[in-house]
Amino acid sequence: MSSSHDKPVDPNQVVLWSDDYEGHDVISTRTFGFWMYILSDGMLFATLFAAYGVLSYSHSYYTGPTPAQFVAPWYTFIQTMALFLSVLAYGFSMASLKTGSKAGVINGIMASMVLGIVFVGLDIHDVLRMISIGVTPEVSGGLSAFYALTQVHAAHIFVGLIWMLVMLYQILRKGFTEDVVGRLISLRMFWQFQAVMWVFIYVFVYLWGYMS
Amino acid sequence: MLVNVPGPWSPLLGRLALSEIPYTNPILAPLFVVIVLAGIALVAAITYYGKWGYLWKEWFTTVDHKKLGVMYIILGLVMLFRGFIDGLMMRTQQMLAVGPGDNGMKAMGAIHGYLTPFHFGQIYSAHGLIMILLAATPLLVGIMNIIVPLQIGARDMAYPYLNALGLWITAAAVFLIMISLFVGDFSHNGWFGYAPIFELAYSPGVGVDYWIWTLELVALGTTLGSINFLATVVKMRAPGMTWSRLPIFTWSAVSANIIALTSFPCLQVALALVGADRYLGTHFFTAGFGGNLMLYTNLFWLWGHPEVYFVILPAFGMISEIIPAFSEKPIFGYTAMVLATFAIAGVSWIVWLHHFFTMGMGPYVSTEFSIATMLVGIPTGVKVFNWAATMYKGRLTFSAAMLWAIGALFLLLIGGLTGMMLSIPAVNYMVHNSVFVVAHFHMMLLCIVYAVFGAVIFWFPKVFGFKLNEAWGKIMFWLFSAGTFLVFFPMFMLGFMGETRRLDWPFDPHWAVWFDVQEIGIVVYVLSVLAFLWMIYVSIRDRAHHRVGADAWGTSRSLEWLTDSPVPFYNYAMVPHINARDEAAWRREHGFSQSRPDHFAAIHMPNNTGVAVYIGALTFVIGFGLTWRIWWLTVAALILTVLIMIYRSGKGDPGYVISAEEMEKLDRESRQNMSDGQQHLPKGGGYTGGTVTAYSAAASDQRPQGTPPGNSRPLS
Repeated sequence: MSSSHDKPVDPNQVVLWSDDYEGHDVISTRTFGFWMYILSDGMLFATLFAAYGVLSYSHSYYTGPTPAQFVAPWYTFIQTMALFLSVLAYGFSMASLKTGSKAGVINGIMASMVLGIVFVGLDIHDVLRMISIGVTPEVSGGLSAFYALTQVHAAHIFVGLIWMLVMLYQILRKGFTEDVVGRLISLRMFWQFQAVMWVFIYVFVYLWGYMS
Repeated sequence: MLVNVPGPWSPLLGRLALSEIPYTNPILAPLFVVIVLAGIALVAAITYYGKWGYLWKEWFTTVDHKKLGVMYIILGLVMLFRGFIDGLMMRTQQMLAVGPGDNGMKAMGAIHGYLTPFHFGQIYSAHGLIMILLAATPLLVGIMNIIVPLQIGARDMAYPYLNALGLWITAAAVFLIMISLFVGDFSHNGWFGYAPIFELAYSPGVGVDYWIWTLELVALGTTLGSINFLATVVKMRAPGMTWSRLPIFTWSAVSANIIALTSFPCLQVALALVGADRYLGTHFFTAGFGGNLMLYTNLFWLWGHPEVYFVILPAFGMISEIIPAFSEKPIFGYTAMVLATFAIAGVSWIVWLHHFFTMGMGPYVSTEFSIATMLVGIPTGVKVFNWAATMYKGRLTFSAAMLWAIGALFLLLIGGLTGMMLSIPAVNYMVHNSVFVVAHFHMMLLCIVYAVFGAVIFWFPKVFGFKLNEAWGKIMFWLFSAGTFLVFFPMFMLGFMGETRRLDWPFDPHWAVWFDVQEIGIVVYVLSVLAFLWMIYVSIRDRAHHRVGADAWGTSRSLEWLTDSPVPFYNYAMVPHINARDEAAWRREHGFSQSRPDHFAAIHMPNNTGVAVYIGALTFVIGFGLTWRIWWLTVAALILTVLIMIYRSGKGDPGYVISAEEMEKLDRESRQNMSDGQQHLPKGGGYTGGTVTAYSAAASDQRPQGTPPGNSRPLS
């Protein structure tokens, strides 16, 4: 047991109530909670990667095409660059937040959004191309896993774009309140995390798939 | 993309049709009438007494962690009852159906017993899902919700609104599984689902869809809750509440919620992929086209085993709070206890394969998982010995809560030892999918139920300001224990005699006598349910005589016993400063137990909000729409949900401030409200057998049993 139970206590010195307790820091609490969410999102992707790994044997593609026959690593490389530049633009936006520049933040987010839209547009175009050559999720377990992993990521990017739109509105409407700044920081974590996930997808699904 | 479903489908109603209502079923139709009548009576009573406004303002829209916790517990108890009725029906079916020949009730359409195999399959599937995810989980989350912020000296959870959202999404899952009784069918593939039987080709009905979306909703609600718990404990501890002073129950909540946060996404993905197979025609788990059946089983149990520890660890935490309080000793081996908790949480991730050794993964992999499973026994053993050492030479009071806690230890022992047997692959091959396994995991889950009943009795006075009736608590304990013995010991034997699980027709007449014994056991369980209801009734009737002070049991140890009972909505008038590991005991021992803050400060509280209720209702609509493939409804509800979220995000919650003068007034009122409790002396032992003094520390220590040790000292 802790030794504090045994020590003699001076009743005039003991502190029983916290007089100067300010309560928790809202932004730090919120950021921590969002970090926890990111952890669970990481598990979600990990599970999808596990499913992709199990369903990427040659027999997983049944008699249908394998990734080597339909992925286009250079095309996807453009997506990669768009997403990375988008994260960079968001980083500039957050740098402007430190100086309190509304214009800087808004320009950064808008640039980030445009690049994100490029990413999603290229993804949709790629999916339509694959479907047109008969590469659909119904063909085989392997293709099901391919689509699940890549399109769940794309859905995350789509949600991030909606979030940016909402944040643009809130910045213009309310300025940098505690709520808005907290959300901008969470969005940064979300956006960077999606880029990190994309690195894994690009390497393991597109590059590796192309080579195998 | 979308697959064509067998049977009719219309754009407006999806697969929903009048013929999906089982109004000809001789069991469900009368039940439906009864429930509708009871519902009408309830609504009429609330309207007659004009309580709608009260319910809406004080309960449905609340963000107060204590009220949300109470609602979680009520939800859990209702579902515990529903799951129990399922168990009662299964036991009765097996008793009636046992033996060769067809002995069924033809009027019910059954060849054996009184249930058709399809109906029986739905019952055992619903029983498993309900008991684990909609009874045990809400009960534990509810108790954590109430106690964790109190134990760390916080005013509320880190995200009060998210907390409400978690409750209402869980409630949506409950409504979804309840409505599956009367609209369509439920899954008959067992609570964990078998690949590929849950594929659309083999289960063309809506049962599996109900199963998917119920699980998805409860997984979502629990994940949100786990984020909240972790942020609360990490960020909102009162000054002085260092990690080495955190109460054991809070530690167990931390470990359990780390498990929930990381494991529930696996379940969500596994079920989403089942959904993709059924809705989009993919081939994740199909038998052909490159699908992999065992991938599903692996992903499910990758969540499933951590989930088992997600529910058992808070139960261990509850036992760790109850036993010291009624042994009048601090917990033995605090550090070892915390380390053991986290060891169990860590090992939980590397044992999932023991649920299906028969997959045939070869001796090396089997050995790894076998040894990992055996490792769980070490930290669990540490815990059991620590509890025993806490009781050793303590001043034991065998109150109702203590009986439940000790009962839980016995079940843990039986469940743990049979678990060790099952961890040996050679044994596991013999008894796989037999009722021996079923009896084993019921021992573990009943260990949780025992801990929960103990915790409810233990913390009830903290939340409501009066104690539950001790005598009826003990009667319920003995009835429940007798029921447990009569139902599950025959089940262990039947497992060795070769009965496989989920038999709607146990064909071997030699089993008949054991089914009869089990039926007697389930009747005893019914009596214990009645005793529980009577305990609640008697306690509420006599509440004026059982009022308590802040320290309801007189021997309590952790921080939550400092504040008033019932806990005021702001928890602590002034945030306490923590001086020791067991702060309440420390203050009692040093003569500060009557100390109250003499000056106050303004505090900031969150506003109530109806948004969580609306979003909960919409998630139910989404689940229902997806189940019946009513696309317009699903999409509309989804868009509406997003819009409401964006709207609330724009509006924000400024909260409100209670001034220092107002706080002083509230604190005075709260103390007066509790003043009955000041003269209260807890009676040890009580109704059935008095108390046993195991050891008296000093000859001069002759105070009556259960009297707070520090009470006689003068206040400084």
